[in-house]
Amino acid sequence: MKKLLPVMAPGIGSFRKERSGIRPKPQPREERLVATHCCYCGVQCGMYLRVSADGKVFGVEPRDHDINKMKLCPKGVTAYQQVNHTDRLITPLMRDRRDQPLREVSWDAALDRVVSEIRTIQAKYGADAFAVYSGSSLTTEKCYLMGKFARVALGTKHVDYNGRLCMVSAAGANKKAFGVDRAANPWSDMLETDVIMLLGANVGECFPVATQYFWDARDRGAKLITVDPRQTPIARTADIHVALRPGTDAAFCNGVLHVIEREGLIDEEFIAARTTGWEQLRDKVREYPPKRAAEICGLDPALIEQVALTWGPADKAMAFHARGIEHHTQGVNNCLTVINLVLATGQIGRPGRGYGTITGQGNGQGGREHGQKSDQLPGQRMIEDPEARAHICRVWGITDEQLPRKGTSAVEMVHQAERGEIKGWLGICNNPLVSMPHTDRIVRGYDSLQFHCQIDFFLSETCARADVVLPSTCWAEDEGVSTNAEGRVIKYNKAAEPPGEAKPDWWIVCEIARRLDRHADKFQFGSARALFEELRVASAGGLADYSGMTYERIEQTGGIYWPCPSEDHPGTPRLFEESFAHPDGLARFHAIDWQHPAEEVDDEFPLRLTTGRTVAHYLSGNQTRRIDALVQQTPRPWIEVHPDLGYANGDPVRVVSRRGSATYPALVVTSIRKDTVFIPYHWAAPVAANLMTVDALDPTSLIPEFKVCACRIEPGGAIDETMPPPVAPGGQSYEFSRVADGQPSAPQGRGTGKG
Amino acid sequence: MTKKALFIDPGRCIGCQACVAACRECDSHPGKSMIHLDYPDPGNSAAASPTVCMHCSDPVAPCAQVCPTDAIPIDDHGVVGSASEELCIACGNCVHACPFGVPKLDLVEMLQSKCDMCCDRTSQGKMPMCASVCPTDALFFGTEAELMQKRPSVQAVDVFGFGDETVQTRNAMVAPAGKDLDRIPGGYSARSAQDPDPEK
Repeated sequence: MKKLLPVMAPGIGSFRKERSGIRPKPQPREERLVATHCCYCGVQCGMYLRVSADGKVFGVEPRDHDINKMKLCPKGVTAYQQVNHTDRLITPLMRDRRDQPLREVSWDAALDRVVSEIRTIQAKYGADAFAVYSGSSLTTEKCYLMGKFARVALGTKHVDYNGRLCMVSAAGANKKAFGVDRAANPWSDMLETDVIMLLGANVGECFPVATQYFWDARDRGAKLITVDPRQTPIARTADIHVALRPGTDAAFCNGVLHVIEREGLIDEEFIAARTTGWEQLRDKVREYPPKRAAEICGLDPALIEQVALTWGPADKAMAFHARGIEHHTQGVNNCLTVINLVLATGQIGRPGRGYGTITGQGNGQGGREHGQKSDQLPGQRMIEDPEARAHICRVWGITDEQLPRKGTSAVEMVHQAERGEIKGWLGICNNPLVSMPHTDRIVRGYDSLQFHCQIDFFLSETCARADVVLPSTCWAEDEGVSTNAEGRVIKYNKAAEPPGEAKPDWWIVCEIARRLDRHADKFQFGSARALFEELRVASAGGLADYSGMTYERIEQTGGIYWPCPSEDHPGTPRLFEESFAHPDGLARFHAIDWQHPAEEVDDEFPLRLTTGRTVAHYLSGNQTRRIDALVQQTPRPWIEVHPDLGYANGDPVRVVSRRGSATYPALVVTSIRKDTVFIPYHWAAPVAANLMTVDALDPTSLIPEFKVCACRIEPGGAIDETMPPPVAPGGQSYEFSRVADGQPSAPQGRGTGKG
Repeated sequence: MTKKALFIDPGRCIGCQACVAACRECDSHPGKSMIHLDYPDPGNSAAASPTVCMHCSDPVAPCAQVCPTDAIPIDDHGVVGSASEELCIACGNCVHACPFGVPKLDLVEMLQSKCDMCCDRTSQGKMPMCASVCPTDALFFGTEAELMQKRPSVQAVDVFGFGDETVQTRNAMVAPAGKDLDRIPGGYSARSAQDPDPEK
């Protein structure tokens, strides 16, 4: 018998009586679904965009793709809202002098200005005085084009991309240890493993949909070890959480390997058959007994033993890392110490045994392997390799003398601009005024440029300082491929026409090349597909070989892992099953010493500042700071401090480093180390975390040390205001349902329970 | 429990609010989320917990029982809907009666709204939007058998104690297997081991 509550309103009838409908049924709307993928992180979730009869993208529908199995994060759910956003750039913008406002101009006027500035600067200062700075949220076709454009149309060696701020340390370490730069395993391998170690990867917030692989592995009994100075959402329930001091990862991994070697848990057979350099490494890790490692890391030595005795005896184990260990002046070395651990225990090249970095940008992988990186040519070829140069010269129809040599890295290029060595700049798909370290110096670099053109679909903070801004497409308005964090190539499909006069990025770049009239015949691409066909040829025979892929095959299979050297080749989900990519087929151990971060703490700056992401926002926030739901969830940045530092929630806390300062509301949490404070970096000055960060670079990967610098905190006056993102002249800043109290209730944002 | 229901597992929740964002995308209440996402241990952990309507089955829908205008419908499957726009007088009785704090009252529109388990989607054979997108399956839509097959080390809990009153629900919470549920304060009661109701 169902019982009824004693309180009953008078006159109620049967609660189960039929009604015509619980709510008015939605009007059936004529729509079509376009199968595509998300534009944001390296997971590259499948999704459908809902498109109305008049061709407008108006919604999202989950898609049961192999990668994400319908799942989406809050950024993915709302990604479509960029498409018809009122902030979209719909005409070219230009100004004659920096003290004037941008004004709308025709494509001809804007492109002719760009071309004339390129000519003037290169005639006066040489070809290398003009730089191209690109991004990895572009499709691979566009990334390929940017490298070719810089080297062939401009003839400049100065081309780099924003992956330089992302995961190049992992790329460098992978090249050194394995001879190739790609995650070694598909994520589905996690379902077969016994132990997963996750280092410096806030998976729950930066790659939310990848969390399912970790949880599903745990449902099957796998143990999870997390290494992070903060208790992130994925660390909260981990079997072991190692809250080490920022900048000490190499000492930690060395300590773990010390115990594993001491306990005889290494895989001698694997080491003998498939690696070189073990003896040197063994001698090195013997210098890192747990007591020493733990002192460096600020840990209990027992924790290092515990991790070693969990990883060491495991039948199958996998390690993953992300920016937390990569954003360091010893970023490459940090990654190598993880790889040492994997190789010494033979945990690679089999189902459930493997390793990978989790790329931060959607096309972080594809964007770095086809020639927009300062030292690489398409197919993950090295630009100083004579054979690679000969191949690409053949494909492009140029001579070796015409192909520039290796250039400099992203942050270095801005510093070169500050010194007057680079005079002209074409930026696309990036927002360094938010994303690069030591913001003041970056602003000086950009302001020193004689000419600066930026291509984007929203007016980023960086666009807002440029001389010419060219309006491009968002991901839903063009087609092309993207390579996710597993090395799986997927395809974006076009769902709508670009708004106003906005044009596909490849059209803009090819048009500049055509008007420059330098090798203009080599930029006659009429479509993304035409670019892809040339990319296939250019990548053929390289490490990242896409030559066997076609748009149709990618669509039919749900994605193809490279290398895929012929059209009957199934692709390569798992690497290193038989051999590594070095000429002798062996993997390399590297004996690594831990080093101090570039800036150690002292009496004046006694705390470590670390930066990172929050779940509602993406990279420099140029896209997500304009989406209502995401701004409601996390309207502004904060500073995360331990209660022992003496602040209460919401207190204004001024954080000061040698480079800058800003005042944030405090989020007081016991889930962060007492010697460490955290600020999310998605916002612009005056609340940019990068006002404070240090622009020291890893000597190999040239990645900045975003993850640790010295700072102090003090009671602040007023909390610095979070500015709305810039909009085109005459445009109105998008009206959010702004929240009076912007204080986040948790690192993931503001709870909605009390709303 | 052979019928499909929502199973909520705060242990898996990463607090990302994909469910909140997805709920706003529902065609029957565009722009409005019916999900409450709480960070229940602020300052100490990244813990998070989504609250959707539990669709109380015994006592049946307290929200609907206290509604003076009979505005809150219950369909044949035991799904309790949002208040009818024609009938709702925004008195707030349902808000006070709900043991889980689910219904929301919009004082501008003078209308109650609550999670209706995406009846517009489930009636077409689709999953509720929140459970479709939930990156971690903290919100899982399916039968209890499907849940147990995926997660052998859990149990589903659909009886909750509130003082002397117990409430049985259509949707369920997920707790670790073997957990003595009587000992969890303020929430779960021991599940009525042999539910006599043949529907269950």
